[in-house]
Amino acid sequence: MVEGLKKNSSTSVLGQPCIGVLALQGDFAEHINMLKLIGISALEVRKVQQLNDIDGLIIPGGESTTIVKLLHMFDLVETLRNRVESGMALWGTCAGMIVIARELADPYPIPLNFIDINVARNYFGRQVDSFEAEVNIQGIDGDPMRAVFIRAPIVQSTGAGVETLAVVPEKSDGTPAQTVAVRKGRVLATSFHPELTQDTRLHSLFVSMAEECRSESTNRNVDE
Amino acid sequence: MATSTTNGTVKGAQRWKEMSRPEVGDWRVKGGLAQMLKGGVIMDVVTPDQAKVAEDAGAVSVMALERVPSDIRRDGGVARMSDPDLISGIIDAVSIPVMAKARIGHFVEAQILESLGVDYCDESEVLTPADDEFHIDKWQFKMPYVCGARNIGEALRRIGEGAAMIRTKGEAGTGDVVHAVTHARQIQADIRAIQHAPSEELMSLARDYQAPYELVVEVAQTGKLPVVNFAAGGIATPADAALLMQIGVEGVFVGSGIFKSDNPETMAAAIVKATTHYNDPDMLAEISRGLGDAMPGIEANKIPQEQQLQSRGW
Repeated sequence: MVEGLKKNSSTSVLGQPCIGVLALQGDFAEHINMLKLIGISALEVRKVQQLNDIDGLIIPGGESTTIVKLLHMFDLVETLRNRVESGMALWGTCAGMIVIARELADPYPIPLNFIDINVARNYFGRQVDSFEAEVNIQGIDGDPMRAVFIRAPIVQSTGAGVETLAVVPEKSDGTPAQTVAVRKGRVLATSFHPELTQDTRLHSLFVSMAEECRSESTNRNVDE
Repeated sequence: MATSTTNGTVKGAQRWKEMSRPEVGDWRVKGGLAQMLKGGVIMDVVTPDQAKVAEDAGAVSVMALERVPSDIRRDGGVARMSDPDLISGIIDAVSIPVMAKARIGHFVEAQILESLGVDYCDESEVLTPADDEFHIDKWQFKMPYVCGARNIGEALRRIGEGAAMIRTKGEAGTGDVVHAVTHARQIQADIRAIQHAPSEELMSLARDYQAPYELVVEVAQTGKLPVVNFAAGGIATPADAALLMQIGVEGVFVGSGIFKSDNPETMAAAIVKATTHYNDPDMLAEISRGLGDAMPGIEANKIPQEQQLQSRGW
């Protein structure tokens, strides 16, 4: 745990995209472990300068109110917005999905509007209503993924160009099917926590999104 | 291995094995919420207004109770579960998860908390124990539990009973961080001892620690507790929180330290920031400026042993 902040520069190996995980609060260590399983050494991001070193950022599970607050407290929002607008890949899981949504069904917190979705927090209820389910995800081949929903949000509506990647089927208690994974361009959002499982397929998908960003910026540098 | 499912002990151990398998939902979902709280601060609050202050300052969760530990310590008498009205009022006031305390062994208080929709139950030594010998069988609940521990044996016994999160005990209500530090270091020393022991020594270590063997084996394999580990007890300043984080806990509980300080809003936000930037002395220096007085403290080592809350629990 102690080494986190001592690494000031990117730890990316030449040719690999550099992935950062927002480490203000939440289960960022689990995302870093998942990336390690697929050979990527990721950066814990706590400071604004670090946002310029990365090709992709994961906003982990945690408390969305806390994460939004800390993003503002430490002045990360503007740079993050610039980076996302210039093509950096972005993935929010659970709280991360709430943070990057356009709009929430709840009054609080104010999301950052990086993807045109309307999200309802704690949709399934309180902690005692948390659950797991098998979910088929568009673009992920093979078996369905085991999705862990913890006080999870859902996507209530999507704007133009936002692709629905997964829905959780109707539950036995009658809760109707809900959208739980969406993507637009290089922005990905999931209601659930692949980082709490051993299934790295979504992390691999995200790395390929960050690779696009990296090769684009390399080409740009060559053009200049 | 014995396979009887009628014998209670065997059943408990088997249940742990079954429920802790990653493909089974219940255990991962319970422990998963603790994963989401990591790097965060959980604050004691006694009113819905305080809960809002905590949420606005960036708390990841609040602990709803009638009196903070320093007042419980001052008032004496029997400390019990809080009034459901108070807990519900706090649940309604905030969108972050709400924890509440039940007395050690008082499974009916816990049933009531679960019925209220409490997100995490703290089976806590801060309240007066209801059972001198036994803790709650936490597997019986959908609501996850956090329990206090001073060493690996205590931690693994609680996890064996179904706790999905562990915290140090410290000495609650003192504002003196010394025992939280002692407990955090002790748990880490015990983990190192287990990790470096050859496999044939693990059964005897399990006996010495009075800990379930399967969990000792798991610690030997992973080098960490099977659940998230926070610090609690006596944390009163941003530097205290960062100290425990650097020692290696994954987040902090702050009890009396927020609302017994001069300026709760400022202190709460500062402790939140320090828990994020725990490893950055320049940031910590900035964060620690001009906070006003921290809570008045009591030196924990001056409290006679029989009056220390941390010795409650077995």
